[in-house]
Amino acid sequence: MPAVSKGDGMRGLAVFISDIRNCKSKEAEIKRINKELANIRSKFKGDKALDGYSKKKYVCKLLFIFLLGHDIDFGHMEAVNLLSSNKYTEKQIGYLFISVLVNSNSELIRLINNAIKNDLASRNPTFMCLALHCIANVGSREMAEAFAGEIPRILVAGDTMDSVKQSAALCLLRLYKTSPDLVVMGEWTSRVVHLLNDQHMGVVTAAISLITCLSQKNPDEFKTCVSLAVSRLSRIVSSASTDLQDYTYYFVPAPWLSCKLLRLLQCYPPPEDGAVKGRLVECLETILNKAQEPPKSKKVQHSNAKNAILFEAISLIIHYDSEPNLLVRACNQLGQFLQHRETNLRYLALESMCTLASSEFSHEAVKTHIETVINALKTERDVSVRQRAADLLYAMCDRSNAKQIVAEMLSYLETADYSIREEMVLKVAILAEKYAVDYSWYVDTILNLIRIAGDYVSEEVWYRVIQIVINRDDVQGYAAKTVFEALQAPACHENMVKVGGYILGEFGNLIAGDPRSSPLVQFNLLHSKFHLCSVPTRALLLSAYIKFINLFPETKPTIQEVLRSDSQIRNSDVELQQRAVEYLKLSSIASTDVLATVLEEMPPFPERESSILAKLKKKKGPGALPVSELEEGKREGGGELNGGADRGNDMSAAASNASTPSPSTDLLGLRSAAAIGSAGPSTGSLLVDVFSEAGPTALSSGVNDEGFLRDLEPPTESSDSLLIEAPGESDSEDSAPPLPESDELLNKFVCKNNGVLFENQLLQIGIKSEYRQNLGRMYLFYGNKTSVQFLNVQTKPVEPLVEGGAQVQQVINIECLTDFSEAPLLNIKFRYGGALQNITLKLPVTINKFFQPTEMASQDFFQRWKQLNLPQQEAQKIFKASHGMDIELLKTKLLGLGCALLENVDPNPENFVCAGVIQTKAQQVGCLLRLEPNAQAQMYRLTLRSSKDTVSKRLCELLAEQF
Amino acid sequence: MIKAILIFNNHGKPRLIRFYQYFAEDMQQQIIRETFHLVSKRDDNVCNFLEGGSLIGGSDYKLIYRHYATLYFVFCVDSSESELGILDLIQVFVETLDKCFENVCELDLIFHVDKVHCILQEVVMGGMVLETNMNEIVAQVEFQNRVEKSEGGLSAAPARAVSAVKNMNLPEIPRNINIGDINIKVPSLSPF
Repeated sequence: MPAVSKGDGMRGLAVFISDIRNCKSKEAEIKRINKELANIRSKFKGDKALDGYSKKKYVCKLLFIFLLGHDIDFGHMEAVNLLSSNKYTEKQIGYLFISVLVNSNSELIRLINNAIKNDLASRNPTFMCLALHCIANVGSREMAEAFAGEIPRILVAGDTMDSVKQSAALCLLRLYKTSPDLVVMGEWTSRVVHLLNDQHMGVVTAAISLITCLSQKNPDEFKTCVSLAVSRLSRIVSSASTDLQDYTYYFVPAPWLSCKLLRLLQCYPPPEDGAVKGRLVECLETILNKAQEPPKSKKVQHSNAKNAILFEAISLIIHYDSEPNLLVRACNQLGQFLQHRETNLRYLALESMCTLASSEFSHEAVKTHIETVINALKTERDVSVRQRAADLLYAMCDRSNAKQIVAEMLSYLETADYSIREEMVLKVAILAEKYAVDYSWYVDTILNLIRIAGDYVSEEVWYRVIQIVINRDDVQGYAAKTVFEALQAPACHENMVKVGGYILGEFGNLIAGDPRSSPLVQFNLLHSKFHLCSVPTRALLLSAYIKFINLFPETKPTIQEVLRSDSQIRNSDVELQQRAVEYLKLSSIASTDVLATVLEEMPPFPERESSILAKLKKKKGPGALPVSELEEGKREGGGELNGGADRGNDMSAAASNASTPSPSTDLLGLRSAAAIGSAGPSTGSLLVDVFSEAGPTALSSGVNDEGFLRDLEPPTESSDSLLIEAPGESDSEDSAPPLPESDELLNKFVCKNNGVLFENQLLQIGIKSEYRQNLGRMYLFYGNKTSVQFLNVQTKPVEPLVEGGAQVQQVINIECLTDFSEAPLLNIKFRYGGALQNITLKLPVTINKFFQPTEMASQDFFQRWKQLNLPQQEAQKIFKASHGMDIELLKTKLLGLGCALLENVDPNPENFVCAGVIQTKAQQVGCLLRLEPNAQAQMYRLTLRSSKDTVSKRLCELLAEQF
Repeated sequence: MIKAILIFNNHGKPRLIRFYQYFAEDMQQQIIRETFHLVSKRDDNVCNFLEGGSLIGGSDYKLIYRHYATLYFVFCVDSSESELGILDLIQVFVETLDKCFENVCELDLIFHVDKVHCILQEVVMGGMVLETNMNEIVAQVEFQNRVEKSEGGLSAAPARAVSAVKNMNLPEIPRNINIGDINIKVPSLSPF
């Protein structure tokens, strides 16, 4: 007999549904629905009380209408009323309506919560289950607030029915996921773990989801679940359990639960207990063995269930990554699946292998399957599978097989699905760069990429090839020759024109000796593409032309003529017109020397993370690909590198900048003015246009390509406390946030006055400072470590130019007005290689610099110590020694602090005591210090007392970092 | 975790939608359309997994589906679920439906939405799997049925007409659930 008898349906509902299905048009359907909605609404509003059956019928109709995609904005109240019915049927439909339709409508939630509360207290298991289902399905914060305390009790109570336990476990899980703060760990947690041993497999099934989630968040508290899970798994796998009858699915014992147990174990490292580990390894071996046995049934469900367990076991083996024997077996098993006739298995095998490829033990083993994977990429009918194959090829690529893999991926690109082309292009570009031994291969690959899939080659990719060509002299000639050849194709992609224009503009001279690629031939070739290109490309080509004038004076008349033509000099696009006008003028007015300077070859780009890699990561999201292993620590400073915006900025042309520094120097006009503005202070871009420079900052400052710009600004919080003799210029608002390490740098200077404050590959900042009472003087030395000039633009105290290898000095006078805790910020901006460098540091001025040492005798010290006995006058910290406990070193540091180190004061000779007065303009603050080292525990206790609480606190913070 | 369960027919008409994460109603409909678009263009013998559409969370989520005769059963799950496990779960759900409705067909899903929801509720709760044992699930449903019967009061108006329409010869469960063409008109029901 069927469980749902057909006889007890609701006729009104059936008629309504039939009506809808008979509707010939969408309009008719909507009309019928509106009629029904009106009917139901009037029934609900009517005076006559509806009986439970009618209510149920109408609610069912509303559900059906909702399913058809219509908003239901009433009936909620009726549904809530159904909850308080004593009849199961009515209650159940009420709960159903609410869990499908209600979101966090606070007014109703309170009523619903009331009904739930009653049902939970009813001790009727059916009602309790309904209520728990409702909580789990809605899972709102209000519900968590109301029931998060109650549900754990239901879950672990001895007399709770199994079915209720199951529901309670999942209900609790749902609440924990939505509002983890409200689910308080407690005595119940240990009992939850023991649900893994429950006799009822349904309870275990539900509980394991809960335990897995809790273990991920609190691994230590749930550690005991590992051994329980292993023993449960072992009983299932070895079929030792006798209670599996109903949970055997197509001859496989409890497949779902086995999978979940294996997942739970993946939350932990391999078990430390030898016995547990042995048992687990045995389980995993049994699972692997079973895969080789003949199937017990031909049904696909049987092999599905068996393989579900197998794949989870393999994931666990890969997760442990410690049993070479198992890893090899897993890899072989996956290798078999790669050729399996079931598409699902091929898909999953490719996916698992991707993770296996990043394991040291099995990388080589994975590589042996390269032919199969390449074949999958070529012949699989299913795009999902092909995508996994491409992922795996990417993951298994290394120096030994890069050429083969890149070639295969390139040839696949010609036929690849549109949906994955862009990602494929990025991957090819990354592999080509990463494993390039000779860069001519790299250039060939990228140009092929543009030829095959030009539309999918993003800016990052072609910027990157130019960047690499510019940085490597050995490939420039080859690149020029290759792009020249590529451009000769009758139809070539616009991206190819861009790369071609750029490279020929820079390095066209390297191939000009050959009469087949003489300057004029090059120019004519480029210009033949000009009219087919978009505005940004044309702008780039114009810049290439002016570069040609510099490289090949003989082309000057031809190019000037082109620039002078109406289609250029009167172009309706303001950007192109301006370039034409300015380039024309530049070429006719400037002397060859000036031209050569303005149009000089681009300087090399600073090395940093490939922008393509960043793009791929962004595209795939975290964890989708083992990208992180591939990046080889190239990452620098983090953050978004090479956002599109700063590139647009860099695309401006230096040539015009030199002649007319107008606000529209962004000659390519790729981005709006706003974008340019925001681009200025960012980290600077990898790729600066050949011809370009001049961000907005340089413009506002007046002149040159490369500016060195620095200003000091007062600290934001205690700005009145320090007077710094240096102007906060208008640029202060776009200074970068302080470097993450600036606090650390600051701490270096608490106990010393001289040293190197900051250093990177470009710039070194040294500091010398002296303090007397509340006054100080600080000398800042800016050293240029490169061989290129920094040109200064702003602030009087510094000479406007820092020669390569030279240093400039800046003096800052400091006066301490009152005590302070924030160090003033030092913001440095300068241009290097066209990129704006923007560094913000904390100036190492700390309160202790204004210490005046005070000598005193033991008696005086303790008397004063006792006087400063208010709780807020004391600050204390206990901390671990981080630099060893050398006494002489400690003494030096304490003296460097600026106060007097008092000998023979403390009764314990191990301890240090110091005294001093902090001088500020407003007041003098006496400070006493006591440092108690504990050599055994390698700990210190530091106590500070002073007449001002903020001073005690700040000194304590500063000092705690020193020892 | 299961984020959503969608059942729709070959024409994209939703037959059951269950979201375990809040989405506004019109978003739900858009997700159904997008999912239908993704799933329906796939051949029957390709694999049963694909990356989720952009509306439902993109590549962090997988769509795992089975196609039975006129109906698609699609589960949208995150990476914590075993793909094959979910396929089995769909199978369990469908087999349970088949037991409860005695040769289930699309029309059963249409006319007994509430029952289907109840059955699903016994399998999946709040996005997590509650029970995978078919006998247990059927027992629960039967129990509810008995309670319903004993409460009585519901008019026994026949939906028999509906079941009569069905073309119910099922040689093998469940690959070939033989469900009549969805466009078959339901014969007019006896007047009330």
